[in-house]
Amino acid sequence: MEARARPPQLILLPVRPAFIVVTLALALALNLLPWSGVWILLKTDFVALAVLYWCVDQPRRVGFFTAWTLGLVMDVANGALFGQHALAYSVLAFAAIVLHRRIQSFPMKHQFWHVLALLLLNQLIVLGLRLANGAQFPGIAYFFPALLGAILWAPLCALMRTPRIPKSDPDQI
Amino acid sequence: MEYAPPPFFKRGPTALARLVFFALLSIALIVADARYHYLEPLRAGIATILYPVQRTVLAPFQLLGNIGGFFSSQSALKIENARLVEQRLADTTNLQRLEALDAENAHLRALLEARARQPGRATAAEVLYSGRDPFARRVVIDKGAKQGLQRGAPAVDDLGVVGQVTRVHPWVSEVTLITDREQLVPVQNLRNGLRAVLAGTGNDGRLELKFIPLNADFQTGDRLVTSGIDGTYPPGLPVAEVTAVERDPAALFARILGKPVAGVARHTQLLVLDWQPDRPAQPPADEAAAPKRGKTRKGG
Repeated sequence: MEARARPPQLILLPVRPAFIVVTLALALALNLLPWSGVWILLKTDFVALAVLYWCVDQPRRVGFFTAWTLGLVMDVANGALFGQHALAYSVLAFAAIVLHRRIQSFPMKHQFWHVLALLLLNQLIVLGLRLANGAQFPGIAYFFPALLGAILWAPLCALMRTPRIPKSDPDQI
Repeated sequence: MEYAPPPFFKRGPTALARLVFFALLSIALIVADARYHYLEPLRAGIATILYPVQRTVLAPFQLLGNIGGFFSSQSALKIENARLVEQRLADTTNLQRLEALDAENAHLRALLEARARQPGRATAAEVLYSGRDPFARRVVIDKGAKQGLQRGAPAVDDLGVVGQVTRVHPWVSEVTLITDREQLVPVQNLRNGLRAVLAGTGNDGRLELKFIPLNADFQTGDRLVTSGIDGTYPPGLPVAEVTAVERDPAALFARILGKPVAGVARHTQLLVLDWQPDRPAQPPADEAAAPKRGKTRKGG
């Protein structure tokens, strides 16, 4: 049995709090864009994705309170029942915090399935709450954003790591 | 940047305990919002904070729209101008007839001792965005309580009824479209005056008449206007056109489908009417409060 070759792991620079705030605000802004027509196919829940990323990456900094507050904001922006996204994001944060070591230890193509499952869980919670409150099942296309979010996971991770990769030569500008 | 060591011994409550706390808090909020409607002030507060963010996010799209409008060709403008002039001529003749009819109507109403119908005030509003929630047909418009909008006011466009204002924040409001599943409009068949209740189906462009007996006189192509008996919509506004009538003898009711007259899914501008119906004197407050909540859901 030979040990599996792993890519060398970089020791990343610590993340700045401002960077977390900016990315979460950007995700919120993306969610608030007027998606309509064909573009709605490209719409995924960016806030859920950002919360998931930071809860996996920085579980000590970003946690339940952030997830829950962003959920409330999303509920107001969508004019939806108060607290449904808050509950879904809280469960998402819990799953991400509990599983963060496991998720980080997998290569990207296996992380895809973790993220897909977590985002589906997120949408199932919202769906369950809506059905319990008398709504009609909106069709299987409702789950499409979760798939898209999982596909976006790998590029998102690469993008978020970029500012934290240390420079090879400390004197370089 | 800090290089703090991980807190080995001081970790606060476990993740599960935190989850239970936040989940219970969320469920409490859901129940308080769905059952008791306690949280409207909190919602209005968050909406007010969110308003500048939304305007900022929407600004590039509005700018693009403005640039597109600037470059619209002169010929298109000329054609539109000619069409508008023609339309105005036609409207002027109608308007003159309307004045005469108004006077006649006022006279007849005076004879009948009925109170005059008030035309009411109207506020033009622009649709900010729509279609983010897959469960509901709603749009958000750029006018709110500061501009004098009130909850329950009807919203129309140049062709007919679009929906009803269901939530008013200081600067924005939510309009529930008539195609929403929970939205009901009392209507009247223009051809024979039959009254009915028109319900949304949750699909754009499809409405359904509820609880119509099999032998009721509805035909494809019938035009439905608001009947005004609910006290929400002024009477006589076009709402829908009947597109299909299915009479299955085994069923209890006829299945009558219609499509909205107004551009419910595609408008960018609409008019919110401030219409005060002539209601008879209300019963005492404690009796009046109880049946009010179920009205839009159960209806009929």
